[in-house]
Amino acid sequence: MYLGRVTGCVWATAKDPGLNGRKLLIVQPLTPDLRDTGKRVVCADCTGAGAGEIVYWLRGKEASFPFLPTEVPVDTAVVGIVDSIHFKPAEPCKPAEHAKPARKR
Amino acid sequence: MILARVVGTVVATRKDPRLEGKKLLILKPVSPDGKDEAGYVISVDTVGAGNRERVIAVAGSSARMAEGCKDLPIDNAIVGIVDDVHLD
Repeated sequence: MYLGRVTGCVWATAKDPGLNGRKLLIVQPLTPDLRDTGKRVVCADCTGAGAGEIVYWLRGKEASFPFLPTEVPVDTAVVGIVDSIHFKPAEPCKPAEHAKPARKR
Repeated sequence: MILARVVGTVVATRKDPRLEGKKLLILKPVSPDGKDEAGYVISVDTVGAGNRERVIAVAGSSARMAEGCKDLPIDNAIVGIVDDVHLD
């Protein structure tokens, strides 16, 4: 699962019947410190997320599971709206602690 | 799913029998503001898309869930023709 920001939506009239009534959102993937990363994707929505909201989304066949028992042809779906993020950037690991040079005999 | 533009078609005579009668299109991925992105993909058309149309393409095993694509050996399918993209 990934973090993302909703930046827009897509309208399509001619579409797969499984997508009827589904909202399609454009989501910009984010890093945990909320910087843009990677290409924007089109996600099906099962949460009612709106423009500008931070959401989490998933990729792969699992993205169609929220819509079961209907088999919906989607590979990315917004599955949650983020309330808050607690994130402390990891400190760079100190090589001295993890990779001590071999002892001399 | 990604947004993409139809840029061509693929014709194949010798192929998996399950792909018979399926239209194969060449897609160029585009960003939501219409700029081309890297690469091309070949996709099975399930909605009747035409040349130069902007479409929604689904990748991976979910492509087999598109209309009429059950148990086909495909990993990309067109599932919608884009009318409009609204960016905030």
